[in-house]
Order: sequence, then structure tokens, then C-alpha cells
Amino acid sequence: MSNQKKPSELAIWLGIADTSFTRQKTVKFGDASAVNSGRIYSILIVIALVALWIISSVFGLVKPFYWPTIDGTIDRFIKLLTEGFRNTPLWEHVGISIYRVISGVLYGSLVGIPLGFAMGLSSIARGLFDPIVEFMRPIPPLALIPLIILWFGIDETAKIFLLFLASLFIMTIAARSGVSSVRVSKVHAAYSLGASRLQILRNVILPNALPEIFTGIRTSMGVCWGTVVAAELVAADKGVGSMIMIAKNFLQTDTVVLGITIIGLIGYAIEMAMRWAERRLIPWKGKG
Amino acid sequence: MSGIVLDKISMVYTLNDGGEVHALDDVSLDIADGEIVTVLGPSGCGKTTLLNILAGFLSPTKGEVRVEGKPVTGPGPDRGMVFQQGALFEWLTVSENVSFGPRMAGKPKKEIAETVAHLLDTVGLQGFGEKPVYQLSGGMQQRVALARCLANDPKVILMDEPLGALDALTREKMQGLVLKLWKEFGKTILLITHSVEEALFLGERLIVMAPRPGRIKKEFRLPFADQGLSKDPRDIKAAPDFVRTREEILSMIWEMEEQIMGQSESETSE
Ligand SMILES: Nc1ncnc2c1ncn2[C@@H]1O[C@H](COP(=O)(O)OP(=O)(O)OP(=O)(O)O)[C@@H](O)[C@H]1O
Ligand SMILES: [Mg+2]
Repeated sequence: MSNQKKPSELAIWLGIADTSFTRQKTVKFGDASAVNSGRIYSILIVIALVALWIISSVFGLVKPFYWPTIDGTIDRFIKLLTEGFRNTPLWEHVGISIYRVISGVLYGSLVGIPLGFAMGLSSIARGLFDPIVEFMRPIPPLALIPLIILWFGIDETAKIFLLFLASLFIMTIAARSGVSSVRVSKVHAAYSLGASRLQILRNVILPNALPEIFTGIRTSMGVCWGTVVAAELVAADKGVGSMIMIAKNFLQTDTVVLGITIIGLIGYAIEMAMRWAERRLIPWKGKG
Repeated sequence: MSGIVLDKISMVYTLNDGGEVHALDDVSLDIADGEIVTVLGPSGCGKTTLLNILAGFLSPTKGEVRVEGKPVTGPGPDRGMVFQQGALFEWLTVSENVSFGPRMAGKPKKEIAETVAHLLDTVGLQGFGEKPVYQLSGGMQQRVALARCLANDPKVILMDEPLGALDALTREKMQGLVLKLWKEFGKTILLITHSVEEALFLGERLIVMAPRPGRIKKEFRLPFADQGLSKDPRDIKAAPDFVRTREEILSMIWEMEEQIMGQSESETSE
């Protein structure tokens, strides 16, 4: 067996060959770790889809009203980059959406984290806020848009307030469960080492809750990104959501498709950035 | 001045369904300054309850605990704790864990650094100070827990199955360390264990507890802890005296276990 040729790293990366460890396994069906990346198929499907797009563009198989041609889309992208959309540069549309998300998450955290801590540490706070939090938790943020428009109109405050609410309850629940997850033996150990209540809050309960708080921030970012795009579809003159909505009114399918792609890529980038930050900032996560 | 006095302690847990568990019934015990006492007994006989009362995490339903003459009303830095596992602060490095107590007390940085260096040396963790604790093995983590406790210079150290999660070999090594620390620092130590051998080897005095209600069944005075550092632990544990006492205690515990089994069988058959 050992004289078998070692598969190249490229072959393993592509998923054509198994690693030498997986190859020795006799039971593969049902062992999830024995399923390799199959990357070769990922590459093939992407190539096939792009080829299909090129073919349909060249032969005009689909009306550009339904799906843009590839050359038209590329031209449009260059135009968006150089001239912007409706006198606003593309980066500004993207930037303002991201700015709204970050503001919403920031305010949501500033209020939600202390609130969650209070709920995890005091019966009074828990009793006071539990009905509100549990009532708000299952409501999709988008359902609040009409009420917020009635309250604030459709200006910037309205959008940030909506995102603030979207992240507030996620952050409150994350902080609360972070506090409740502290092992009592850690708190006991700290008391026996002479720590005061305030010191225990700062040096035991807070760091212990950080992993869950961070997961909360990550979830908030994702939810707020989805919410901001949807809110901009309803009412806004800047932002990626509004960009694709206005483009739709002008039947610019290529801008719509580009906008959707950008929305997807940014959502993915946010998730990746948060995971990276989490590994850097909270390396002890799950190691208690 | 005597170290620890447990004065007629009773502890009754009231359950949600109105039932009561007599975890401890009229337990009295004096532990002298600098003594090392081990506690042994079948599961559920109230060992952890006893320790938590001593630590000040629970207040007994009857009786009083005094440490150095002062009644215990809550946890305090005069009584250090070593738990079985999972009580280290995983977000801190080894050094930061060890220096936790002194840092909370606001000791000068230089003094803290010296204490930490000395203690890491004592428990055999020199060079590991900057590691995060979750990268250490179970045995090393318990060394950190011991050092963290000692850094605070408590009068009394309370340990609840501190070596319970370790493999047999690491456990023997750590028993040696506990004895060494006891001799070197002269602390009063109360150690709970499930291992008869460990209780015999480490205790100047060994308390055997019985369940339902939890109480002290028998006490032994033992010479082995004193010999522990000068003689080979393997020789001590193989000595006829040691083996005889071990068998005596084992059969006592087996008897209690059988009684418990008999009781619960008759309860379920009703
Ligand atoms: N919080 C509690 N509420 C109700 N009953 C409890 C509580 N804690 C412990 N008990 C009961 O009190 C008795 C003694 O428990 P304790 O944990 O002190 O035993 P132990 O000797 O430490 O057992 P083990 O060896 O398994 O650790 C047990 O019957 C247990 O079920
Ligand atoms: Mg116990």
C-alpha cells in the first residue's frame, strides 16, 4: 500500500485525489470528513455558466430586458466605476449602505450589550425587559418599516433607527446568553481570589461573554446588511438597494444584476472579515 | 488558634417538589493550622456541600464555620480554592491567571512579577508563563490552578477533587506536588477525593463520610503524608500498613454503597 504514488497537492486541492489519510479509510459513505472538496466540479460549473452566458450573449438567445449580455454588463460596470450611477459614484452608493449598517450595529451594541448584561445579572432588569425582548425577537425588522416611516419619515434617521432596532435585540440576547453561560466555578474562583463584584464583572463575566457578544455582532451585521438593502428598496435615493430599484425603473437590467452581485459580494466579505476578526480577537472561543 | 472549626453543621436542601435532602447532618470537625486533611466518601454524601460551606459559597441551615476564629459569612481570599477543572480563566495567559489575585488586590507590578516567576518555578511551569491556558494539558492546567491559589497567599486551601480529571500517571506526579506545596508553604489544606489511595497518601488525617444523611463515619490518623517527600511514593503505597488501611476503608465504602443500593431498590420496589 505504502508504495502507492503520493497524489500531488494540486490533485488534492482540486478534489481529484483523496489525501493519503482518507485513502486508507475503508468506510467513506457516512463519514463526512471523507468527502473531499470536489473543487474540480466547482471550477467546471463556473466555467460552464460563464460559457453559457457568453453563448447566449453572442447569439442573442435572451432578451437583454430579462438578462443582460456579458459585454453590455462589462461596459455598464466600467461606466458605473467611472461615471457612477445618477451622478453619484458607485463607491458612494456602496459606502453609504455600509455606513448605515455599521452605525446601526454600533448603536444596537451600545444599548443592547449593557441591556443584556443587566438582564443576565438582575432579576428586576430581566423581568422588566423580558416581555419586550421576547415580543420583538420574532418580528422581522422589515415589518417595522411602515411604523418607522410614520414616526421619522424617510430620512437618514429612519434608516439608522431601523437598523438599530434590528441589531438591538440580537445584541441584547447575545449579551444575556453570554452572561448566563459563565461557569459558576469561575465566578467562585474569582471571589475566593479576593475580587470585588465590579472586578468580577470586568474581569470574569465580560471576557467570558465576549465570544457570544462577537457572534451577536456577526449576526447583526448580516441581518442589518439584508435589512438595509431592503429598506433602500422601499425609500432612499442613495445606497446599493436604491441603486438597483431606480435602475429597475429605467429597465437597466445590467445595473440591477451588477447591484445584486455587489450586494452578495459585500455580504460575503462582511462575514469573512468578521470571522477573521473573531479568530484574531477571541482565540479562546470554545476552549473554556 | 485553631485553623478551621466546623461547629455542628447541618445542611438541608429543599427541593422544588417540597422534598428535602439532608446533605449534611450535625458535622463537626477541627482542623489545626498547617494540617492536611483528606475527605473520602461515596458519591452524594455531601463532600462538595461541606467544601462549599467552608468556602462561604453556601450558608449552612444550622451550625457555624470559623476560620482563625472568625465566622465564615462569604467567600474570601483567606480561603483559596482549587476545583476539578474548568475554573481557569481561558482568556488569560498562564501568568495572568496566576497573578489574578494580587492584581485584583492592586499589588505593585514588580512584586507580582516576582511572585509569579517564583510560583511558576515551584509548580514546574517555568517558561510557560506567556502561553494561553487552553494550550496546556490537564495536568499543567491544575498546576496553574495551584499556583493561582498560592499567589494569593491564603491561610487555607480547599480542593474539590483537584486531580479527579487526570490520568493515573499524571495524578501520581501531581500528588507529589501537592505534598511538596503543603510542606513548603505550610498551608492548612482540605482535599476531597474519590481515590482511597490518594486520600491515604495525602492526608495526615483522613475523614470517611457516610451518606443519607451526610455525616462523618470514621477518622484515621495517618503517617504517610509526612513520609511522602522523603520516601519513594511507590514504596509507601506498597507498604503493608498502607495496604491494610486501604482495604479497610475500601470495604467500609463498599458496605455503604451496598446499603445505598439496597435502600434505593426497596424504594423503587414499593
Ligand atoms: N443544589 C442542590 N439542590 C438539591 N440537592 C442538592 C443540591 N446540591 C447537592 N444536593 C444533594 O445533596 C447531596 C450531597 O451532594 P454533594 O454534591 O455535596 O455530594 P458529593 O459528596 O460531593 O458527591 P460527589 O462525590 O458525587 O461529588 C446529594 O444527595 C445531592 O443530590
Ligand atoms: Mg462533589
